[in-house]
Amino acid sequence: MGRLIRLLLLITSLAVGGFAVPHRAAAAPEDLAAGLALIAKDSFNDTLSGIDAIARSGVPHAAALVEALQDRRMLIDTANQKVFYREPAGTVREAQSNEVVASPPAGLTAVRLNNRVRGAASAAIGALSLMNPDPQRRIQAAQAVMKSRDPTALAVLDAALAAEKLPNVKAELQLAWAAVTFSKSDAPLDKRLEAVALLKDARSREAVSILRSLPADAAAPLRESTTSAISSIEQRLALWGYVQNVWYGVSLGSVLLIAAIGLAITFGVMGVINMAHGEMVMLGAYTTFVVQEFCRTSAPWLFDYSLVAAIPLAFLVAGGVGVAIERGVIRHLYGRPLETLLATWGISLILQQAVRTAFGPTNREVGTPQFMSGAMEIGGLVITWNRLYIVIFAGLIFVGLLLALRYTSLGLHMRAVTQNRRMASSMGIRTGRVDALTFGLGSGIAGLAGVALSQIDNVSPNLGQSYIIDSFLVVVFGGVGNLWGTLIGALSIGMANKLLEPYAGAVLGKILLLVAIIVFIQKRPRGLFALKGRAVEA
Amino acid sequence: MITRALLENDRTGKWFLAIVLGLAIVVPILHLAVPPSSPFHVSTATLALLGKYLCFALLALSLDLVWGYCGILSLGHGAFFALGGYAMGMYLMRQIGTRGVYAHPVLPDFMVFLNWKELPWFWYGFENAWFAFLMVMAVPGLLAFVFGWFAFRSRVTGVYLSIITQALTYALLLAFFRNDMGFGGNNGLTDFKDILGFPVQANTTRAALFAASALALALGYLAARAIVASRLGKVLVCIRDAESRTRFIGYRVEHYKTFVFTVSAVMAGIAGALYVPQVGIINPSEFNPANSIEVVIWVAVGGRGTLAGAALGAVLVNFAKTTFTTGFLAPYWLFALGALFVITTIWLPKGILGKFNDLWERWRSSRVAKPEQKPAPVPQLAE
Repeated sequence: MGRLIRLLLLITSLAVGGFAVPHRAAAAPEDLAAGLALIAKDSFNDTLSGIDAIARSGVPHAAALVEALQDRRMLIDTANQKVFYREPAGTVREAQSNEVVASPPAGLTAVRLNNRVRGAASAAIGALSLMNPDPQRRIQAAQAVMKSRDPTALAVLDAALAAEKLPNVKAELQLAWAAVTFSKSDAPLDKRLEAVALLKDARSREAVSILRSLPADAAAPLRESTTSAISSIEQRLALWGYVQNVWYGVSLGSVLLIAAIGLAITFGVMGVINMAHGEMVMLGAYTTFVVQEFCRTSAPWLFDYSLVAAIPLAFLVAGGVGVAIERGVIRHLYGRPLETLLATWGISLILQQAVRTAFGPTNREVGTPQFMSGAMEIGGLVITWNRLYIVIFAGLIFVGLLLALRYTSLGLHMRAVTQNRRMASSMGIRTGRVDALTFGLGSGIAGLAGVALSQIDNVSPNLGQSYIIDSFLVVVFGGVGNLWGTLIGALSIGMANKLLEPYAGAVLGKILLLVAIIVFIQKRPRGLFALKGRAVEA
Repeated sequence: MITRALLENDRTGKWFLAIVLGLAIVVPILHLAVPPSSPFHVSTATLALLGKYLCFALLALSLDLVWGYCGILSLGHGAFFALGGYAMGMYLMRQIGTRGVYAHPVLPDFMVFLNWKELPWFWYGFENAWFAFLMVMAVPGLLAFVFGWFAFRSRVTGVYLSIITQALTYALLLAFFRNDMGFGGNNGLTDFKDILGFPVQANTTRAALFAASALALALGYLAARAIVASRLGKVLVCIRDAESRTRFIGYRVEHYKTFVFTVSAVMAGIAGALYVPQVGIINPSEFNPANSIEVVIWVAVGGRGTLAGAALGAVLVNFAKTTFTTGFLAPYWLFALGALFVITTIWLPKGILGKFNDLWERWRSSRVAKPEQKPAPVPQLAE
């Protein structure tokens, strides 16, 4: 609110700076004179009425006057009952004529203020900027009026509505008009009903709270139409809330997908449980951090592209570490999945501690580039850009991986090794090399996940830990060795999590989900899409 | 009699029991009877630390029973340990009585703080020691039975089972963090005063708890030994080595697995119950999946499928942890632990005790074989 007022002040001071105000309703200098006379008395109640009169007058410098009043720059010559105001620059002008006074009379005193006067002044400024030449500012002013619901703004609103040409500004003005009219208990009934209809069409939470403020003793038809409007809006809002939750679910699902898909490859193709997978994600996030730091210090103009540059680097760093782990440790443990689990857990501890030693235990900040910050609105749905980009990124990775498995020779070899390792080996595929590259690919994709997660999560040594259990559940739920299973697993877990949250709360929802997965595994011990055939028992 | 029959072919077991029972007698004496000025005096802190190690050893033993002999890698054994601990903690909370901060005769402090009016139903009975001790075994046992019954009947095996046990302990972790659960939320249960009428902090009580832990470890060893030495134990090993084949021969694999899983959970629960009064607190972090994985490494280091080795591993790793984390080496503890995981799995698949036994056997057979050792030149096979 404070920011809004300051904005409005800025706007009005700009308006005073010399813009001609178009579409002006006829100015009424006599109102101004009356108002100034009231202000000259310098009693709080008279000042209040004076502000109203100035606002009503519609003279070009009315906004400047009210603003001056609010800033204690409105001065009274008590002896002659004349009012002046000083501009922020220091020039003193006569209030009635708005002419510069070269030598102001001595003994000018500032008009006294109290909170009521200040409130009335801000409301009046809001109303006055309804006439601002900039449509964006008119919209802001209309929204401010809608918030304050100040009945004195009604006259200005009517004038502004009559003059308004732009449909979107007009809609905002109408809404503000509806809010004010609805709250004004002495407004004619048909006007108030019209206001209810307008508010109903607005379908916003704000409209509901305005409609709810109707006192219980209002006229029966008004009460009825208000109640029906409230329920209609709330239905609508509930629907949008549901859509919003579905979007959150998709968003969480894509994050899970991105974190789990690398795991699905290593687990599916090699049967290796990689507990260090989360740390690969973390390495990707830290790579992003390093790239961005580099951009910040040596090439600030590249800052917005640092994420793009980080993508291949994160893939290479995490993939390289993955290949090293495979060649160094996992190679010795094939056919012993439980031991692999323990060894990779050990590696994950080492990597965590290494990163903690190198970068410190605290969170590192990774900035959001310009094109990814902010949000867009579709109806009642708010979609932040970074989440949208992550969903798209996850989709691209998924499709890319599908294509790579289907059409590249490495993909062909990987599938051959998955289906029958010994036969593939007999056919001349170097299974050891395929294993190393597969592990590198899975880890590299984890690194990509790190780039994405650096945008929505804290980049800390524990980053990987918070995703590893969820990722495993996704893979196990979806079924091993099938990327579609991972996709469906990730989306359904994400969706179920977010749809349960409003009813059960975040923690209980998560517990319910875990229990549901445990029960599900009893039904289908190999996940949603299980590999069939002999390979399973191996 | 039974003991002797059990230990007849168990050289390691004899040593193990001798050491544990020796500790049960010697350490309390050194703590209580030897004056603090003597170099042989065992301080209160050391006593508590050793008692903690023994509880961990029992936990490791219980995991070795399922992992080492039946191939079930549970990544959620910490959950049974913690549940046993919570059952004990609830008993100890009820013993506080009016000595709490809010001096409420019935409700523990945290419930008064949360503005609860009466005791939740699941706290009933915990003022009675025997009921509480029964629950220490019954709650983990029942959870393991139900969980195992469903999981093993559906033939969830290998890494899938490991991951859902991890999910189990993770779910419990989240659940116990909630204040509404009625277990003290984040802070857990603490500020204990009495156990069986004796003050928890007193030296004699501590010594008795230590002796009880050692005794529990010895009994746990004997029970586990009895299981693995029996016919049932042979079937368990069959299941570990060739599950499908065992099933095809006609054994009901799921019954055996459920049985051993439940027994193991009960042992873990007892370990947790003995741990809580010695440490003085139980909170949800005991459910942390990372803790359960750490238990696995104790067993792996000591030697899976050796029972005594698991206990040894628990003591060694925890001793290393204490040494590392209290000195200037603290930042390197995770490096050491991680390296331990990697080295053990690659170079010491049978653990320390397994390696030791191998060496011993080789040494003995080489000595026995020496007199007639005149190896005929083995004809080399052509490539």
